[in-house]
Amino acid sequence: MAGRLYTKTHEWLTADGKTVTVGITDFAQAQLGDVVFLELPNPGRKLEAGESFGVVESVKAASDLYSPVSGRVSAVNDKLAGKPELINSDPYGDGWILKLELAGELPKDTLDEAAYKQFTESQA
Amino acid sequence: MTWTTTKTGAPNLTASLARTPLYDRHVALGGRMVDFGGWELPQQYTSIRDEHLAVRKVAGLFDISHMGRVVVKGSGAAGFVQGLVTNDVSKLEPHRALYALMCREDGGVLDDLVIYRGADGPDDFLIVVNASNRLKDLEWMRAHAPSGTEIEDRSQELSLLAFQGPRAQELLPSTAESEVESIPYFGFRDGEVAGTKVVISRTGYTGEDGFELFIDSKEVGTVWDAILEHASPDGALPAGLGARDATRLEAALRLYGNDMDETVNPYEAGLGWTVKLAKGDFIGRRALALVKEEGPKRTLVGLKTAPGDIARHGATVFSQEGQVGAVTSGTHSFFLGHPIALAMVEVASLRVGEAARVDVRGREASAEVVQLPFYRGSARSAAAPVKS
Repeated sequence: MAGRLYTKTHEWLTADGKTVTVGITDFAQAQLGDVVFLELPNPGRKLEAGESFGVVESVKAASDLYSPVSGRVSAVNDKLAGKPELINSDPYGDGWILKLELAGELPKDTLDEAAYKQFTESQA
Repeated sequence: MTWTTTKTGAPNLTASLARTPLYDRHVALGGRMVDFGGWELPQQYTSIRDEHLAVRKVAGLFDISHMGRVVVKGSGAAGFVQGLVTNDVSKLEPHRALYALMCREDGGVLDDLVIYRGADGPDDFLIVVNASNRLKDLEWMRAHAPSGTEIEDRSQELSLLAFQGPRAQELLPSTAESEVESIPYFGFRDGEVAGTKVVISRTGYTGEDGFELFIDSKEVGTVWDAILEHASPDGALPAGLGARDATRLEAALRLYGNDMDETVNPYEAGLGWTVKLAKGDFIGRRALALVKEEGPKRTLVGLKTAPGDIARHGATVFSQEGQVGAVTSGTHSFFLGHPIALAMVEVASLRVGEAARVDVRGREASAEVVQLPFYRGSARSAAAPVKS
């Protein structure tokens, strides 16, 4: 599996062949505080890169989620319905949000870990 | 991801933010520091959920030193305070505190206050004001104070902690628990915590029993550490702004700037019980007498929604008839297991038990009008006798 990539809207993605797993970053979950609910699409939905696909609701705020790639939703993390706090406790593991079947190439404007770290530090 | 409805704002860490004497301790405890009305304070240390539940089940320790502490003394202070606020201060005995509102001439609420009456003669008061209103309040008080009455801002040299929860009394490391036990609800006394002189007040903002501790700012770190060391083994936690907001909202305690401001009068805020029209003249009395006679046009109601449907400040509220008002405060209650909200609506538009609708992320979600408070904690009521 290739390394984890990041977006400036604080999603992460990993690609395994054509299957792309998406979540929100540790920085994002820390900013949001305790997540209490996610509004997510059904499998089968087609998404464009940059398209809003759902909402993550924390005690503090509701925030839109954006797809980092174009593709079709192949799986949604069902565990999040009962345990939305997985986003906080394990954002890169059990707190993954959805999987997409990639259409075309991975976008070129994603950040690697070092670049994302630098980006978040510039945001602080 | 974008911050579409962030209310408290993403952290804005600039050197211009004020810090309490406990800042370094908050950071060392892992506190996620946020800008809260110009103060750099912890939103949470570990998780809002854990801190919220600790306050409800054991105890939580809050740094509330951002709140303003104003000493009012000197000849004429008693008459001045009586004319400044809605509640009847003349009935306040030494070592007792009183919740009151300070209003404009037109009845709009300038701030909500807790007034502590000291024992050093009739003109000895300490008033705790909201952090965001401190400078406005000081200006208002000084503009109305007669000569001879002194108004002193003690917010720097005096720090304030809140230790709140059903086990707060048991877990407070005080040298004389019997003395603490004898403090009535909204009463206070000089005492010692961890060998440090403090003023112990049985007041709070969570709906639970517990204390607010006034401490010399040079000593507050010692007291903070001692309480955590003593109470942590039993499950008490340091608690941040997130837990403070959730617990106060469950207890339906109003938050100035959200649930009321200068455009809201006490009756609309459901705080008519703090307005003593018969006590004699005070600022706003004429306007408030008229509101009482005619009846308020708006009122605060409680709303309960389904998990996930958090109605945020400003969200439109609908009855079967149509739009009736807006949410003033809303959050998810980890303790109750569903979101709760306060809403300012037209009088008699929504009654307890009725169905309502409220805007959640651009759609109309179902809500139920429920009795306030959402939760009644372990706080001793003013009417309940002190255990002896």
